[in-house]
Amino acid sequence: MREKLIYAFSIVAMALIAWDLYRIFMVLPDEANQGAIYRIIYFHVPAAITAMVGFFVAMVMSALYLITRNLKFDSVAAAVTEVGVVFAAVNLVTGSIWARVIWGIWWTWDARLTSMLICWLLYAGYLMLRRATDEPTQRARLSAVLSIFSFVDVIIVWKSIEWWRTQHPAPVLSIRNGGGMAPGMESPLWWNVLAMALVATCLILLRMRQEGIRRELDALRRYAHAL
Amino acid sequence: MNAVDVHDVWKYYGDFPALRGIELSVEPGACLALLGRNGAGKTTLLRIIAGLSRPARGRVNVLGQNARDKQTRRGIGVLGHSIGVYEELSALENLRLFARLYGMPDPTRTALEWLERTGLLVVRDGLVREFSRGMRQRLAVARTFLHEPALLLLDEPFTALDDRAIGVLQSLLKQAQSEGRSIIMSTHQLREALELATDVALVNRGKLAFRGPRSQEMLDDPGWLYRNYGEA
Amino acid sequence: MAAILYLRQTLAVAGKDLRAELRSKETINASLSFALVILLLFSFAFDPGAETVRDISGGLLWLVFAFAGALILNRSFARELMNDCLDSLLASPTSGSQLFLGKCIANFVLLMAVEALCLPVFGIFYNVAWTRQAGWLAVVFALGTWALTVIGTMFSALTVNLRLRELMLPILVYPMMVPALMAAIQLTTVLMTGAPPGSENAIWLRLLVGFDIIFTILGIGLVEVVLIG
Repeated sequence: MREKLIYAFSIVAMALIAWDLYRIFMVLPDEANQGAIYRIIYFHVPAAITAMVGFFVAMVMSALYLITRNLKFDSVAAAVTEVGVVFAAVNLVTGSIWARVIWGIWWTWDARLTSMLICWLLYAGYLMLRRATDEPTQRARLSAVLSIFSFVDVIIVWKSIEWWRTQHPAPVLSIRNGGGMAPGMESPLWWNVLAMALVATCLILLRMRQEGIRRELDALRRYAHAL
Repeated sequence: MNAVDVHDVWKYYGDFPALRGIELSVEPGACLALLGRNGAGKTTLLRIIAGLSRPARGRVNVLGQNARDKQTRRGIGVLGHSIGVYEELSALENLRLFARLYGMPDPTRTALEWLERTGLLVVRDGLVREFSRGMRQRLAVARTFLHEPALLLLDEPFTALDDRAIGVLQSLLKQAQSEGRSIIMSTHQLREALELATDVALVNRGKLAFRGPRSQEMLDDPGWLYRNYGEA
Repeated sequence: MAAILYLRQTLAVAGKDLRAELRSKETINASLSFALVILLLFSFAFDPGAETVRDISGGLLWLVFAFAGALILNRSFARELMNDCLDSLLASPTSGSQLFLGKCIANFVLLMAVEALCLPVFGIFYNVAWTRQAGWLAVVFALGTWALTVIGTMFSALTVNLRLRELMLPILVYPMMVPALMAAIQLTTVLMTGAPPGSENAIWLRLLVGFDIIFTILGIGLVEVVLIG
């Protein structure tokens, strides 16, 4: 059943991405100030949205694990976080490329990029914690608590870096110069959010299955030792 | 009201069940010898009863209340594999700390009293890190008993004790029994344990393979249980 | 009555930590030495002329405190592993929150002591007059140190049973402390110039207080989950 679900999601995702790519590269004109590079926003922003939604879902799943102690919730939380970290990395890399093309520098301490970097570090830590814990129940318990702490911190981080940047302004990575994007240009962004969400879902389902198998192997190993 | 009621307790490490549906009751005043191979689940079960671990499924009631309840733990004394006292504190400071944590009305007097009973009064201001092994063990025993617990949980207490410490512990346990306190003792040393025990339970691969009163047969031939109910 | 017992037990835990640490002085010595070495090394990183230093004074100090503090915080629950003392504490009729708060108090005292010793040294090395806003400085130090303490103690508990504890603690803790460090740095830099925190810096004070409250509550709520397996 899950196999079929994964295939279904991936086919829809691929179709949507193909259509989006066509629209972004073929149909849309170049932007006035930035030229062709602005198209990166259609990957930069949706990646951020996917990552942040992922981290939120992971927190909810972690809380559900702590309440029910059902390891399935732990599998979801781990999978969603891992995929979220990947999309956060996509956001950081696209942001870096964009900054390089516009301003000639590889990194800018732009408010959103900085916040995303901290998010990435927080959740990379989560993945490291999981790797450092061998016993599955302990792993679930500790990473659930970390996930909750991390998301609360994420909210505080975004707000505080925004405030910091209002006090010490710097160039911002965006194309909202006047007051938003031209009408035709905004919709591919949201379609790409959907496409990325679908890709994320596929990856999450795959990863969840991997976690389940890993636990099964761990249990078999313990049975073998007990004999 | 039983001293301990373990009802359908399961404990998992991931998907592996370390304890499977344990049903166990211990009457007040009983002394239960908990036997089993290494890895059978004795320590896991004791830790759950002591409130150090949560069961995945099932209930553990100690003295009528949930094992994790603060008030319940006031009446439980735990002696694990390690001595459980602080190296950089003196014997007196250690016992005074635990007397305070257990809510004793006069911590200093309790501490001094128990230093005397375990023969450590003369070294009361000595730091634990300078103690000999036997002295540390006796201090651990003092820590376990000082709050007059109604239930004593001992995990392989006779292993690694020197003769003097064994003597102290045995006399304290006999006295505890005569005062109607309950004892659960996991052990490999069948002889010492079976002398004190009123009841015996055998854990095998996470399940309770045997539960019953101590019999003469067991005293005469301690290996009998293992041969009949579990692998040796 | 219950509240008094709660407090008494919590303070017993704090007192125990402080007594043990002050007797061996291992961690506090290491932390202080580390702090002084970093202060020294930073002086090679740039020319300690008056203007530059005042601009970065906040950042410098709080980096020193964060790094040196990690030594103290890591030890916090790790010291309970010897002789399985953690089990003795958990088996006693104290709640996880009492252990947590007791250790937070002890760590706070130790960390503030290190900071109090670093500050005059900093003032001398870098020729910064820090006494002008001493009152406000104390407030900012207290709030910022509590933030470090709460996060560090919580994660000391979380990582206590891990093989790679010494490695994991800094990795987990530093990103999480960024907002508090940022606020403390902004405020300290302003105070080092001799000016009181104006209304434009009130937001950083609010951030620190909010951070402290939120993570103290979160720590109290979740510490038992990480300690009891």
